[in-house]
Amino acid sequence: MGELLLHAAVHAVRLVIILGALLTMAAYLVWIERRLLARMQLRLGPNRVGWFGLLQPLADVIKMLTKEDTVPARADRWVFMLAPAIAATTALLTFAVVPFGPPLHLFGREIPLVVSDLHIGVLFFLGLSSLGVYGVTLGGWASTSKFALMGSIRALAQLISYELSMGLALVPVLMLAGSFSLNDIVAAQAEAPFVLYAPVSFVIFLISILAEARRTPFDLPEAESELVAGYHTEYSGMRFGLFFVGEYINMIVLGALTTVLFLGGWHGPWLPGVVWFLVKVGGVAVFFIWVRGTLPRLRYDQLMHLGWKVLVPIALLNVLATAAVLLGVRA
Amino acid sequence: MNPWRSLRGTFAAFGVTLRSVFRRPTTIQYPEERRAPAPRYRARIVLTRDPQGGERCVACYLCSAACPVNCISMAAAEGPDGRRHAAWFRINFSRCIFCGLCAEACPTLAIQMTPDFELGRREPLDLVFEKEDLLVDHGGKDREYDFYRHAGVGVAQPRGAGSEEEPPVDVRSLLP
Repeated sequence: MGELLLHAAVHAVRLVIILGALLTMAAYLVWIERRLLARMQLRLGPNRVGWFGLLQPLADVIKMLTKEDTVPARADRWVFMLAPAIAATTALLTFAVVPFGPPLHLFGREIPLVVSDLHIGVLFFLGLSSLGVYGVTLGGWASTSKFALMGSIRALAQLISYELSMGLALVPVLMLAGSFSLNDIVAAQAEAPFVLYAPVSFVIFLISILAEARRTPFDLPEAESELVAGYHTEYSGMRFGLFFVGEYINMIVLGALTTVLFLGGWHGPWLPGVVWFLVKVGGVAVFFIWVRGTLPRLRYDQLMHLGWKVLVPIALLNVLATAAVLLGVRA
Repeated sequence: MNPWRSLRGTFAAFGVTLRSVFRRPTTIQYPEERRAPAPRYRARIVLTRDPQGGERCVACYLCSAACPVNCISMAAAEGPDGRRHAAWFRINFSRCIFCGLCAEACPTLAIQMTPDFELGRREPLDLVFEKEDLLVDHGGKDREYDFYRHAGVGVAQPRGAGSEEEPPVDVRSLLP
């Protein structure tokens, strides 16, 4: 009984630490993005609140929490209020299957550095990423505003264009690792990261997760220059904040998945595993920001064209080629 | 479509943004650093004085007529010497768009723009400037300019007091 309680307590503490770390990282990713993007545009970015503007995320949270929470008069009230929670929760839940370090040995007890080592981890991620778009779609639909509705329609159209190529890009990785569990995939990359074996998959995955995170050049659902703010036009206060935080958590989670699936997870020389993991995730996140600072938004039809006519055929050929090579090597 | 060109166009842009990160930002840190505005910058409006220290404004209403947002209002009055001046003169800076048309319209160089752009006030009513707030003790951009040296000095006696002069007509008495 005592052992069981201790186990539960350890698990709870681990969950709280992971949740806190994830939210803090998301908050500071906002700061990094604003500073870095500003420098790319020869500006300075937020530098007033605290040292180098480091307290800016805190100030933003206080601002959003104290703002009035408005619901449009003709909105579908409950769906409108639930949608931001869906967006943030699915982003947070995806992190549950990501192993971010080698198992920790504390007081003679092994603590795995992953919330849940699901044996279908990759499928779990794909499923949640599809569910995540419900937050966007329902939010935009419930607002009964034309801009929000157009944003959510775009989000759906975008989903069906990139998701196939994202799934197909993962197939070579699964063939290489021979498992759906992210832990096994990391273990299979102990010698060399999969990006060396499957570079085409890596590029397709990277493009697809840009669309999955709804970031430039695939930020069609938001498209602030065309649709005011797209699906979250009508949101204010912390409900908008949830969408916002969800986007940045999504960035971190997708960075973590790129790390786990292609960049060797927490494997790396000299430094401890968790540090390597953070460095790689940060690298992917900075790449996201760099892309945002560089590329203009794609048009609706261009995104479809890219998804269906370019990425999916290449991904299919890539699957066949990888399978052929693997057969040749193993035979 | 040349695929090589589009690929280069896509990836060269990454180099441009990367280089920009290491360039000096062009931002001026406003309250601490200040950029000196040009001498002819169009900001706060003043009423200047002639070299003798008298008010240049002759209350001709040209500035208030030229103003596209109707932020200038005044009432004309006549001194004992027959010279016109503004009994009161008011500029509502919460409405002013700093277009400078009033300064262009002014025949006596009385109304002029200055580079003082820091016009923030807590209360909108504090932005309504009366004649006392607008008058300055110098000639502004052309300190030696004296309107009456060009236009001639008015007759130094009340209107209608000349030997063959009829008293002035009160135009309001002619209204239907």
